[in-house]
Amino acid sequence: MIRRIFSYSGQYRKYLIFAALCITAESIFELLIPLIMADIVDIGVANGDRVYIFQQGGWMLVCAAAALLLGIGSARFAAIGGQGLGANLREAEYAKFQKFSFANTDHFQLSSLVTRMTSDITNIQNSISGGMRPACRGPVMLVAATAVAFSINARLAVVFLVALPVLGVTLWMIITKVRPLYAKLQGAIDLVNRIVQENLTAIRVVKAYVRGEYEISKFGEVNTNLQTQSERAFKLATTNMAAMQFVMYATIISILWFGGEMIRVGTMQVGELTGFLSYVLQILNSLMMISNIFLMLTRSLASCKRILEIMDEEIDIREDEAEDIRVTRGEIDFCHVSFKYRGDAEENVLTDISLHIGAGQTVGIVGQTGSAKSTLVQLIPRLYDITEGELLIDGVPVKKYPLDHLRDAIAMVLQKNTLFSGTLRENLLWGDKNATPEEIEEACRIAGADEFIGRLEKGYDTEMGQGGVNVSGGQKQRICIARAVLKKPKVLILDDSTSAVDTATEARIREMLAEKLPDMTKIIIAQRISSVSHADQIIVLDDGRIKGIGTHEELLEHNEIYQEIYDSQKEGADL
Amino acid sequence: MARYTGYKRPKNTRKALAELFKYMGYHKWLLLVVAVLVCISTGASVAGTYLLKPVINNYILPGDVHGLILALAGMGLMYLCGALSTLGYNRLMVKTSQKVVGDIRRDLFVHVQTLPLKYFDANTHGELMSRFTNDVDTVQEALNNSFTMVIQSSLTLAGTVVMLLVLSVRMALIVIVFLILMFLFIKWNGKRSRQYYDLQQAELAGINGFVEEMAAGQKVEKIFNHEEEDMKIFREKNEKLRRASTSALAYSGMMVPSIVSLSYANYAVSACVGGMYAIAGLMDLGSLAAYLVYVRQSAMPLNQFTQQVNFILSALAGAERIFEMMHEEPEIDEGTVTLVPARLDQAGHLEESREYTGTFAWKSVEGALTLLRGDVRFENVVFGYVPGKTVLSGISLYAKPGQKIAFVGSTGAGKTTITNLINRFYEIQGGRILYDGIDIREIRKADLRRSLAMVIQDTHLFTGTIMDNIRYGRLDATDEEVVEAAKLANADSFIRRLPNGYQTMLYSDGSNLSQGQRQLLAIARAAVAHPPVLILDEATSSIDTRTERLIEKGMDAIMEGRTVFVIAHRLSTVRNSQAIMVLEHGQILERGSHEGLLAQKGRYYQLYTGMYELD
Repeated sequence: MIRRIFSYSGQYRKYLIFAALCITAESIFELLIPLIMADIVDIGVANGDRVYIFQQGGWMLVCAAAALLLGIGSARFAAIGGQGLGANLREAEYAKFQKFSFANTDHFQLSSLVTRMTSDITNIQNSISGGMRPACRGPVMLVAATAVAFSINARLAVVFLVALPVLGVTLWMIITKVRPLYAKLQGAIDLVNRIVQENLTAIRVVKAYVRGEYEISKFGEVNTNLQTQSERAFKLATTNMAAMQFVMYATIISILWFGGEMIRVGTMQVGELTGFLSYVLQILNSLMMISNIFLMLTRSLASCKRILEIMDEEIDIREDEAEDIRVTRGEIDFCHVSFKYRGDAEENVLTDISLHIGAGQTVGIVGQTGSAKSTLVQLIPRLYDITEGELLIDGVPVKKYPLDHLRDAIAMVLQKNTLFSGTLRENLLWGDKNATPEEIEEACRIAGADEFIGRLEKGYDTEMGQGGVNVSGGQKQRICIARAVLKKPKVLILDDSTSAVDTATEARIREMLAEKLPDMTKIIIAQRISSVSHADQIIVLDDGRIKGIGTHEELLEHNEIYQEIYDSQKEGADL
Repeated sequence: MARYTGYKRPKNTRKALAELFKYMGYHKWLLLVVAVLVCISTGASVAGTYLLKPVINNYILPGDVHGLILALAGMGLMYLCGALSTLGYNRLMVKTSQKVVGDIRRDLFVHVQTLPLKYFDANTHGELMSRFTNDVDTVQEALNNSFTMVIQSSLTLAGTVVMLLVLSVRMALIVIVFLILMFLFIKWNGKRSRQYYDLQQAELAGINGFVEEMAAGQKVEKIFNHEEEDMKIFREKNEKLRRASTSALAYSGMMVPSIVSLSYANYAVSACVGGMYAIAGLMDLGSLAAYLVYVRQSAMPLNQFTQQVNFILSALAGAERIFEMMHEEPEIDEGTVTLVPARLDQAGHLEESREYTGTFAWKSVEGALTLLRGDVRFENVVFGYVPGKTVLSGISLYAKPGQKIAFVGSTGAGKTTITNLINRFYEIQGGRILYDGIDIREIRKADLRRSLAMVIQDTHLFTGTIMDNIRYGRLDATDEEVVEAAKLANADSFIRRLPNGYQTMLYSDGSNLSQGQRQLLAIARAAVAHPPVLILDEATSSIDTRTERLIEKGMDAIMEGRTVFVIAHRLSTVRNSQAIMVLEHGQILERGSHEGLLAQKGRYYQLYTGMYELD
């Protein structure tokens, strides 16, 4: 898993390697310093040679300076490498996310997607920046010090052969036990966050129903749970430090004991023993560093896993069968199409839909809430893939079109309109980024947006705000229509997108569309009968099935559901 | 290992510290034990180094086996105490810090529940959420590690400096000069990297916002094939973040190697000067060796100390933000009138009842009872969300018990505001609102709201089963009552078609249901509460006219005998109201019944015939 994460380092890989080299070199210089130091005492002071002392002192300073340069270099390289890797990961995640179908997005949920792209990456970056140094130094120090210790006295060094495995096993035990605890901890954190989040978004409901106490008791439960889980995980993790100390202290005492024995027998010098001891401390210190790295890695492993889950998510809308063809006319056929959101769902959302929409036709779709009108039209630009049957555009299955060509040819104005932060013009340019001002104005005229844009203080340069908060519902809908018209699509789908526009303006938009874009296939989902009554054919959906197709007059005569809808509205135009 | 949480500084360190101490104070005995154990553990490790020399000189060299055994046993005991203390303080500290953090989190949540809506309007959810996540996390991190590490490293530092002074005062000065140099470097470095950390935070927030917006608008992005353009923007933002965070980490990463190198320079200078001293006979070799060991040891605790102080300071900054939120003024609730179940005796007198009777009465402190009828009056009410920007300018209206009152008007005309004032989500600035003749400010808020049920346009559902979500309206409702309410709201049929029926789990605000289905659930929730007054704020806006017609009968049953306030865009929804008020710019433009208003041929007529557009 770690290797896979590192495979994203790309152009920054060399910096990571430089950093590792710098750190290794730095630790070698650091190892030299005590050796030079020993000469000062053993040779310089012993011989009373002042020049030698200063000379060696100078060398020590040189080593220190070299270590400083290497240290700064390693910090820089590690930062470039670590942050670069993080940036690459983030970009890869985002690129993958853009390919996600809605089923994929739903699988992760929005908030979790965002944390996976931000805090999880930050976790990994911090692990690299903070962990690189001890991870490289630890082994160098360990190997060097062990070698020296063995060269001083191989028999005494046997103590390590006992101490090291003990430490290793302890550490391994702690890590294997702590990993599932960290996973549980993450779950507990998620629960707490969810309740907080829900309470923040639904604070009006909580207050209106006076459910403060109830929510507090709910929160109390998950809070206590989090408390216990983190206590358990952290308690175990901190055992590491005490275990280290146990082993370290035991090693010191046994060395003193066996070393003392050797000195008594005469097989070892006192100087050797003190030297040996200082290297022992060095070794154990590096082990401590290494064990800390392992513990830290255990925590960031969770983040790695969460990131890789995104990378590994199977995209369910693919272009495997795509050929290089384009939509030319805008003729649409549904042949016995069925659809459900998830393969394991019991009931179909759409069942056995068959219909023909000729190029340039205007088609209305009506039906009650939950009758799957929006789902039906979202199949056309492949926002979802059909489960059964065939969906043809210009006689060719939709899967044969490359996705970008397909979606270029089909414009859709969603029920839940989204505008993005940026100016009105920038939002319109989504439709066609090369559109001229004349084309933009023309599109706005068709969508009936020109009259209010003229009244806006800054006109096309008005800032929309996130989600388009700066314009009213009806204005937003017309901007969205203009944006779609700018695409000059072959098929235009309006999903309940004139609901906040008054009937007169709506009629004008309808006329403009028919007049200016006669060849475009138009599919209109509406709640108002008046919005669709002029259509070439009207489809009545009920509970995911077609319950009638025909013109306004035909349906009014024969179709019960249509009559009912009509009756519920005929007493007056409603808004 | 150090976690780089960003170097933020509290505005008022002492105050934040005092408040954090208040929380820690509940566990002061535990903390005292922790401090003592840290001292023992540190003492054992420092003394161990110090004892090496006498053990070698006094027992090993003379070959005193018996003495060596005793000395090593003594050392072993000391080390054991040390290691056990380490185990003990770590465990105790984790326990304590989790308790403290748990308390803080709970208190914060409890306080959030009391905050007025004004506060939620002024702060984004992301901001508030980060109090619970980022800020609480840094506090926890600091408590878990930094508290003990600061004690430990300052003890070690002090011990080392004392040892140096004991060995040679003059040479200790060199070390002290170097320690001061290191300290200054750490400070300078901290300041530099802090600037970059702030920049990094800002860039991180930027990319966060971008991803959130794009993820929310994913459908539109796909429909317009806008992936490439967005990728370009993302790349730009990502690169900016990368630059900022690289600088921040390069600076902060410099600290440890620099300190280590400085300490080596210190070591070299000390060794030379010490060597001179030794040659001059001012110092013996043994002392020089011991001295140099201490010199080597002096840098790490200083480094650790400053690093931990940095963590503690950024944790205090987090704590400060948490406490600031806890000090936010809660909603005012000076009311004393309560809502009690009541019954009318045969003579028509009102008396308080112990059980639920379906009839309620307002009870003043003196014990006087007033029947809850649902009579709402606005008298010259003036209100604005922001001072100086009036939304309602002197509105007067009345709703008689059992009447259905509708509000029609453009977005921003003040429809929703009126209903938000009835249940005192916001405080009015002038005039008064009477509820059964009682000024609502005299009624306890919880009781006031319990007497009203509200269905708002943005339906919020909670994670849990559908059954739980409907039952939110009245927690003690039986399953049958819940199903009954769902039937009234016409939600029963679609619920039954879900894989697990009423036991179907809803996740993250019910995203697996359509907007219309969610509205039906919200209506069912209000129905199960059956309160005397009902507020429907665009409650059926996402439900088509035919379904609306289907639920009309149910709705009529829900509304029967109740005072109902209806806000709707769609005029068919409000047609059968007793009184319809057309609002514009915070004033009532027209008032009357459907027929009356049509006959007036005013604004309502224009709306009805589609001659005028509502935004």
